[in-house]
Amino acid sequence: MPTVCPRDKMPTGSIALRDAVMRSIRAFFYERGFMEVETPVRLKIPCMELHIDAEPSGDHFLRTSPEIFHKQLLAAGHGKIFEIGKCFRRGEFGPLHNPEYTMLEWYRANADYMDILDDAKALVQAVAELRDPAWKQMTVSEAFTEHAGWDPVGNYAEDRFDIDLVEKVEPALKQIGGPVVLIDYPVEAAALSRRKPGTPLVAERWELYIDGIEIANAYSELTDPVEQRRRFKECAEQRKAFGKEVYPIDEAFIQSLEKMPPSGGVALGVDRLLMLIAGADSLDTVLPFR
Amino acid sequence: MYSASDLKKGLKIEIDGDPCMITNFEFSKPGKGQALYRCKIKNLVTGNQFDKTYRSVEKIKRCSLMSRDFTFSYIDGENYVFSNNETYEEELLGSELIGDLKNFIVDDMQVEILFHNDRALDITLPNFVEMTIAETEPGARGDTATNVMKPAKLPNGYEINVPIFINEGDTIRIDTRAGTYADRVSKG
Repeated sequence: MPTVCPRDKMPTGSIALRDAVMRSIRAFFYERGFMEVETPVRLKIPCMELHIDAEPSGDHFLRTSPEIFHKQLLAAGHGKIFEIGKCFRRGEFGPLHNPEYTMLEWYRANADYMDILDDAKALVQAVAELRDPAWKQMTVSEAFTEHAGWDPVGNYAEDRFDIDLVEKVEPALKQIGGPVVLIDYPVEAAALSRRKPGTPLVAERWELYIDGIEIANAYSELTDPVEQRRRFKECAEQRKAFGKEVYPIDEAFIQSLEKMPPSGGVALGVDRLLMLIAGADSLDTVLPFR
Repeated sequence: MYSASDLKKGLKIEIDGDPCMITNFEFSKPGKGQALYRCKIKNLVTGNQFDKTYRSVEKIKRCSLMSRDFTFSYIDGENYVFSNNETYEEELLGSELIGDLKNFIVDDMQVEILFHNDRALDITLPNFVEMTIAETEPGARGDTATNVMKPAKLPNGYEINVPIFINEGDTIRIDTRAGTYADRVSKG
């Protein structure tokens, strides 16, 4: 049985570091009673998101995320699951992006995004020796009001939101330093998360930033098939308007939502986490073959 | 037109009619948001630097820069006049555009002028130019040390540092990129 490597004993070379962190992540989830799952890397229908493009692979696509299958596993009664695997996103390349990267995804049935946040804190605290270990949390509304001078909740504008996030909010999070959880997104930026009960303008979604770098994205998962179909259709229309390829609606996935329990789930970029543990500011340090 | 995904460091683009160069480039993609291409840009006419963020749906104008060969003809007041090697048309460059390079321009010199559309942006001289020393203090006889320098005047009055063994009437080679003495060609 692997065990979590003490964070002050992490090796320094990137190959050994990856090995130690991978073992630690697995040990972390095994200790908490999670089941490791494997889901297809090639799929007929990629998950439709406005700004994520799938890489074709023959008559299939490479997965941009394993979430479609994980939700079907949740619907089939597997309540605590995780997967570590390669995901692929076309055209994403930079110091913090690689078109092929390692994703850690985990889900809990009968849980929400705050339960997932507890997992994420425990996991990061277990593997990463952070320069500033104090966890901070702020709503998207607070972060934008303070650092960009406007509140996108109830007043959402996509371009302004994206540009201010990159140019104003993320640099402020870097300045604040350490782990910062940005929580409760405008419902227009909900992606596959559910609306917050009693607060219809925000969605139960959080993103973890460490030293200003986005590490993980989590939801209280949307389990309403009608709402999910509406969002896919809207997304399809927007993709079409942008001249992007439109993927068909995955009916098996929509159907599975009917049996899916309320769940929380998260995707965490393993390469970026390694980069932070290594104290590097580019993925070059932890992806020696790129 | 370029797509935003074509942008990279060193790429030349046109903004509001001016040729510009991307001097720094960063790919960003926040959360579930759109890809953003954050650029630091230099205006090649004014030299001004500024930041600009492009969204993935934006199109960016290409910048057509063309280098043409010219021969130096004469000086007309503040202007330097060159003639096009193919068409023999004259091109006037202000001394401001030429900058310090004007000190190394000699008769019939072959130069390259960089144009954006029909606007001259920059001039490139041959890497080395030979010029004769017009005035300098005599050096000590037999002193061939190259690391001891003294001032010397070129025929156009420009002062350049030369080794102590160089005398009036000597022809020297000047590195036009650095604006410094390279070596001695012949004794005057």
